[in-house]
Amino acid sequence: MTATVAPPEAEAATEPPVHRPSVRKRLVPYWLLLPGILWLLVFFVLPMIYQASTSVQTGSLEEGFQVTWHFQTYWDALTEYYPQFLRSLLYAGTATVLCLLLGYPLAYLIAFKAGRWRNLLLVLVIAPFFTSFLIRTLAWKTILADGGPVVDVLNTLHVLDVTSWLGMTEGERVLATPLAVVCGLTYNFLPFMILPLYTSLERIDTRLHEAAGDLYARPATTFRKVTFPLSMPGVVSGTLLTFIPASGDYVNAELLGSTDTRMIGNVIQSQYLRILDYPTAAALSFILMAIVLIMVTIYIRRAGTEDLV
Amino acid sequence: MRWLRRNLVVIFGLGTLAYLILPNVVVTVFSFNNPTGRFNYAWQEFSLDAWKDPCGVADLCGSLSLSLQIAVWATIGATVLGTAIAFALVRYRFRARGAVNSLIFLPMAMPEIVMAASLLALFLNMGIQLGFWTILIAHIMFCLSFVVAAVKARVLSMDPRLEEAARDLYAGPVQTFVRVTLPIAAPGIAAGALLSFALSFDDFIITNFNSGNTVTFPMFVWGSAQRGTPVQINVIGTAMFVIAVLVVLAGQMVGNRRKNAQPK
Repeated sequence: MTATVAPPEAEAATEPPVHRPSVRKRLVPYWLLLPGILWLLVFFVLPMIYQASTSVQTGSLEEGFQVTWHFQTYWDALTEYYPQFLRSLLYAGTATVLCLLLGYPLAYLIAFKAGRWRNLLLVLVIAPFFTSFLIRTLAWKTILADGGPVVDVLNTLHVLDVTSWLGMTEGERVLATPLAVVCGLTYNFLPFMILPLYTSLERIDTRLHEAAGDLYARPATTFRKVTFPLSMPGVVSGTLLTFIPASGDYVNAELLGSTDTRMIGNVIQSQYLRILDYPTAAALSFILMAIVLIMVTIYIRRAGTEDLV
Repeated sequence: MRWLRRNLVVIFGLGTLAYLILPNVVVTVFSFNNPTGRFNYAWQEFSLDAWKDPCGVADLCGSLSLSLQIAVWATIGATVLGTAIAFALVRYRFRARGAVNSLIFLPMAMPEIVMAASLLALFLNMGIQLGFWTILIAHIMFCLSFVVAAVKARVLSMDPRLEEAARDLYAGPVQTFVRVTLPIAAPGIAAGALLSFALSFDDFIITNFNSGNTVTFPMFVWGSAQRGTPVQINVIGTAMFVIAVLVVLAGQMVGNRRKNAQPK
């Protein structure tokens, strides 16, 4: 996961030597690429084309669907489901910010302070990957249960009063509220934030910290001026690896939320698998894709790390 | 007070770790529960029944073995195809290199549900029966990019002069590849394979769309969230966690010993 964003400097280092190989040799890379690229073209690109054609079809399951170039479906889907779109972006965005706030100290701890505990801590971050995430998400039902210890503590500390006022919870319960869904999303995508952060923090030369200290920078200043800027590649890839999957997720909203917390993933899933309104479902998933790709492009431009992807 | 300030990062970091591990603790504890209703969400009393009979629930172990089979085949498929692509991308300059790079990157930059839905659109339009094969096709497709990324990272950091040296010592292309290139790239390939296995075994969203009536382990858990969750699910979740920790720790120990054995 962490390798998604390759270090830019390594790319240039292994520039192959320039010489004129024979035709047979020049075909080698194409033979290496052929099977995998074919797989992606047939099972990734072609499906997108099919879905595009599905999104401009009209008809019903009984009579069959025909391509009628009915672009109205997109407009109808957007006007009908914009609350779910906004909610998805809001939940995914909140979860991403929380992942960054929670993940940074742990990544920092593993990279600089763990010493001989480093491997064990890394294993504990990665190991949940191997336990079914659905089982772990169901465990949150137990943790956040009504009248359970967690809810009791939050109640005693009057945290739930604040979150209720913010519209994140209702009364004295957490389960089936936006807070539970955001909590589940944050939990599920946290390792995707921690690992890239850790890789970019680990690359930092600790002598830079000493240098900053020698120049009378206080620890907070060192962090703000040295450590954080140098960890930006990790921050960028971590936020992308968290936000993108979270925006299309429907598992957390389904298991921990209620009908009031449905995200766009839940709508697409039920349109495709229950209501069987394929054109609307296809249009919705294209709108989601467009929103995510546009946001990601703007974000990468803004973060000034275009060469990373 | 000063102690607290100095150790703030450690305290927050361990807090996050607790947040990460808490559900695993709950899963483990509740694997020893004896629930009264259909759902295993509230503690009743201690019991070892589920551990004595992990396959005691209909279809549970069938779905588990199906998921294992799919994960093994998907790992093999994605690793072979992905490693070849990674080598082509790092070792050769050719036309369309940029296009290939973006094609590899796209599946990772897209919400999973978009891919899941589009594959379903393909299979529906083509009239292909959903089941084992459609799941396997989908898993190889989305694991491929991760293998390419992992292998590429490793091959990029590899010194090409090692291969030149092998050639200078009269090793043929095949011999150079098998004796020099492959062993150096092996950790990257292993990381890609491990990641594929974990991603495939745990995948829910893409499988949910493309499995038809076939029930993989995540599909079984999903269904049980509606119908009733047997304690055996927690037993299997606990076992998976323990096995994963042991495998990863063992792998790191082997890695460390290798590192110590050949000092630089």
